[in-house]
Amino acid sequence: MLRVPAAFEPPGKPPRPRDRFALRFWSIRHAGGLARFYAAFERALVAAAPLAARLGWTRLERPVAAVERTVKGALFDCRMCGQCVLSSTGMSCPMNCPKNLRNGPCGGVRGDGNCEVYPEMPCVWVKAWEGSRLMAEGDRIGDVQPPIDHRLKGRSSWLAVAQEKSGTGGAA
Amino acid sequence: MNPRLHPEDFGENPWDPLPALPGHTSRGRLERVLRRGEFAVTAELNPPDSALAEDVYKRAAVFEGWVDAINATDGSGANCHMSSIAICALLTRIGFSPVLQISCRDTNRIGIQGNVLGASALGVNNVLCLTGDGVQSGDHPEAKPVFDLDSTSLLATIRRMRDEAKFLSGRKITTPPPVFMGAAENPFAPPYDFRPLRLAKKVRAGAQFIQTQYCFDVPLLERFMARVRDMELEKHCFILVGVGPLASAKTARWMRSNVAGVHIPDAIIERLEKAKDQKAEGKRICVEIIQQVREIAGVAGVHVMAYRQEEYVAEMVHESGVLKGRQPWRRDLTRPGFDLDQRLTENLARAGEG
Repeated sequence: MLRVPAAFEPPGKPPRPRDRFALRFWSIRHAGGLARFYAAFERALVAAAPLAARLGWTRLERPVAAVERTVKGALFDCRMCGQCVLSSTGMSCPMNCPKNLRNGPCGGVRGDGNCEVYPEMPCVWVKAWEGSRLMAEGDRIGDVQPPIDHRLKGRSSWLAVAQEKSGTGGAA
Repeated sequence: MNPRLHPEDFGENPWDPLPALPGHTSRGRLERVLRRGEFAVTAELNPPDSALAEDVYKRAAVFEGWVDAINATDGSGANCHMSSIAICALLTRIGFSPVLQISCRDTNRIGIQGNVLGASALGVNNVLCLTGDGVQSGDHPEAKPVFDLDSTSLLATIRRMRDEAKFLSGRKITTPPPVFMGAAENPFAPPYDFRPLRLAKKVRAGAQFIQTQYCFDVPLLERFMARVRDMELEKHCFILVGVGPLASAKTARWMRSNVAGVHIPDAIIERLEKAKDQKAEGKRICVEIIQQVREIAGVAGVHVMAYRQEEYVAEMVHESGVLKGRQPWRRDLTRPGFDLDQRLTENLARAGEG
């Protein structure tokens, strides 16, 4: 990748140890494998949709959201926005961007690829671009994402996907 | 009459909206100039920290006859100033073509959409959709950052308002805002390979013109533009390259370490340091960059950001020769009908003295 050393220099603040983001970056480095895993997982979710419909989507919401929060929280620093776009953003959660940008980086990314707001954190979208290059469907990073629906915050996006793709939705 | 003047770009009264030409989305001069294939010049107005209209007129007067449109910044650098919408409304009153900058930092989708309708009703033809700087870099770091939309979804939102006459919610708008939509791009910040793709995304979301961050590194811009041409993006949007004079090597150093997204190569700073008159050298560098970017295929104009050096814009545009004798709009006090608003003319004269 092209590096430009003289661009925006962070004013004298030493970066915090990088291992704070270690697991998140591991997920991005393995975005290709995770995307394959996620595709299989999604098929399983859709297959299980009729069962979920019998159990009641509403009743499943809390336990599933709790599991999703734990797993994705650990792997991606997931913020449970409820409308997951990880598969379009190279497995880099865009909600970790201080501006919550879901369509790409802002113009303030530093020359070293770190965030304008948090100089010690690599830009979420620099990472997203790296991760997307490892994914089979990495070009989905070019999809224009709609504005976020704040009502869905905290809800399970897994259930939402299962509901939508299986066509068994309705009683959310 | 000057053959380079296009009388159809000027209404009976300069503040009257022009009829939209076929294929145009706005009723403004900026879109006309760009679609005609002229090399456009826009400039950035430093918004006053006051409640006085004359302060705006005074600051706009230095651009008269030299720029096609004036950008009114929306709390740039997350610093508080007179609002963009108010400055634009004031500029339309005397016939300037303003560009309303909308930052996603300060208001949510409800506020933004309302402002777009209001601005359009006030005669504003151009909007520039920005994400905005983080509050941390401004004078109110304790403020609540909003970022309800991002620049790309803001573009899509305004396009929906304009082309489908609907709010984001789907509710109907009786008269949609006929605006020319712009966005920003920074070819000088990472991830470099993603920047042209991000531009493509913005074009897909509705961007019709682009104003870039300050260009001090022409080879980097050339690389970006080569990719843009590969993707044929320059056929779908007009690209105006951001330029500006550096007052001194010290300012340049300060800018690159304190202003987000500004990239200044060491060579430029060295050149400023060695110069006897750093200010003059800064202007010379800017003129040279304007001339260099003009030669790059796909560049449709320049956006001059001469913060606190606005009085040099005319001089630099003149020296660069990019207008090729074309004269953008300027007040014509002899034009019948212009003097109708006597108070305004008097105020302008007073502002000129002050």
